[in-house]
Amino acid sequence: MSDRVPLSVRLSQRGLDGVTLLALPALLFVIALFVYPFLYGLVLSFKPKVGGLFANYVTFFSDPFLYSTIGKTLWLAVPVTLLNVALSVPVALRVRLMRRQRLLTTILVIPITLGTVLVAEGMLNYLGPRGWLNRFLLEFGLSSSPVRLIHNYWGVFLSLVITGFPFTFLLTLSYVTGIDPSLEQAGAMLGARARQRFNEILLPLLVPGLIVTFCLSFVQAFSVFPSAVLLGAPAGDTRVISVAAYTAAFEDYDYSMASAIAMIMAFVQVAIVVALLGAQKLVYRGPAGGGKG
Amino acid sequence: MTHADFRALHLRGMSRDFGLLNALKGVDLTVERGEFIALLGPSGCGKSTALNCLAGLLPLTAGSIWLDDKRIDRLGPEDRGFGMVFQNYALFPHMNVRRNIGFGLRMQRRVKAEIDAKVEEAIRLVRLGAQAEKLPGQISGGQQQRVAIARAIVVEPPLVLMDEPLSNLDAKLRLEMRAEIRRIHNLLGCATIYVTHDQDEALSLADRIVVLRDGQVRQIGTPEVLYARPAHADVAEFMGYRNVLPARAMRDGGIVRVSVGQATFAGTLVDDVNDGPALAAIRPEDLTPRDGGPLAANVRTAEYRGRDFYGVAVTADGTELFFRAEHRVATGETLHLGADASRVLVYAA
Repeated sequence: MSDRVPLSVRLSQRGLDGVTLLALPALLFVIALFVYPFLYGLVLSFKPKVGGLFANYVTFFSDPFLYSTIGKTLWLAVPVTLLNVALSVPVALRVRLMRRQRLLTTILVIPITLGTVLVAEGMLNYLGPRGWLNRFLLEFGLSSSPVRLIHNYWGVFLSLVITGFPFTFLLTLSYVTGIDPSLEQAGAMLGARARQRFNEILLPLLVPGLIVTFCLSFVQAFSVFPSAVLLGAPAGDTRVISVAAYTAAFEDYDYSMASAIAMIMAFVQVAIVVALLGAQKLVYRGPAGGGKG
Repeated sequence: MTHADFRALHLRGMSRDFGLLNALKGVDLTVERGEFIALLGPSGCGKSTALNCLAGLLPLTAGSIWLDDKRIDRLGPEDRGFGMVFQNYALFPHMNVRRNIGFGLRMQRRVKAEIDAKVEEAIRLVRLGAQAEKLPGQISGGQQQRVAIARAIVVEPPLVLMDEPLSNLDAKLRLEMRAEIRRIHNLLGCATIYVTHDQDEALSLADRIVVLRDGQVRQIGTPEVLYARPAHADVAEFMGYRNVLPARAMRDGGIVRVSVGQATFAGTLVDDVNDGPALAAIRPEDLTPRDGGPLAANVRTAEYRGRDFYGVAVTADGTELFFRAEHRVATGETLHLGADASRVLVYAA
């Protein structure tokens, strides 16, 4: 047995050694705060107050007031995320070339640190029927009646753009700066104009990163709750799926139903993310450098 | 392939500042059609800045660039139509070899049949037939280099710019690609400006060498002239004259005698030197032990380089001398070193 490589050496060759133990606290954390609640919720969702195993799910998909929340949430989250990703690309391309990058990045990131509630409060003040914007519009005769920008779809939409954009932008910026600038220079030397350089070189190299950015931003927007309640019409247009879950849990005190809604919410998110990451396999996903890695 | 017709490229006082730093101070140069020019200099001498200015990737702060009588320094890189081979190759990682090479032709909206034919010809020229469908990440450094060259020349540019293209390759591949670059240049005859800090590369490739230092042209000449007769002591040092010794010059009719420490020997005047302080430049290969050699020095180190031994010896006053010996020399041994008068270049101090 003396010529056998010891177990500890074989394990460490597979990346398992004493240092691996450092991952243990994180693992425990994930199990305690994510895996256990998820499994608990999953089991709970199959123990409805009344009816059989799938009664909650049957109720959800037979009640338009409930199943319409999926569509309403998607109708908010998808356009908002698309807009944020689309806006972040040109801004990131410009910021990449700036000297005072850090200053601008700081300004753009401030909305993240403010949090949704503060942004909502600001929007209520500025955009409300008696807010500055409407008073300005009415005063100067630009509008005959107050423009409704809060307590409807657009209020939530705007707030999601304001709070979601910085996050999307930071992710996009990291992908944009990962592209070797000499690739664009090479394109220019070969006669490609700015638009062609973008379409032929930058965009194909950015798409995999933009898909990941979209997924992460989408998940954030999909779980919108505070702004849907504060700035939207939580009984109407912006009755998003998290509002439905909240109502079930804390107004009807039906935790089982709330768990079922949470599971449906998770399933929709995962389905979309998996579909997008699957699509990512169809595009080039190698390094974005121009030379030998 | 026939290359776009032009007679000469003129740089007139080409300058570039970066804030207070003058990276390029009034470079004047004329490149004839079909010429291979090497821009040679130590790092930080402005040679890459010069290349980027020519390419249009960096705007000039003064001076102008002319292609015959057309002023081009205000044009963007996409309108100059020059080819460029980047130091890191800058191949498009998401396009296979064939699409990389065809990129320039596609940007010019040539018809597909023409693009295919020209790309095929270029692939044959750089001998990459077997790699045509691979992505850049799947081929070796030398092959990537060939793709970069093919991509630059397939559009038949009036001028090809190369930015230290061999610096990322290992020694053997570097020699191979050097021959390859020369072969392709001989075949196509497109004017080329080649930036390097390697004097061997410059000597072996170029028709003319431009030596830059501190953003200024120090000397322009053929490889033979630069090798045998550098115009300044600093150029000599860069061209392999490792012994640049403070000396005193005494003119004696047609020749000059120089004193280094206690030793006195004959040399060749390059600058118009008056009697007094001067610099004597000698290549290590010309400084050899000989009977009556004037420079007595103790061997500190010597290494075998195949045919000869090269080493460092120290004189009594501490001056280091780089020398060559045909026979093995021992550390600590005293040598009497000397060089032929024609191989001792004397510059003003």
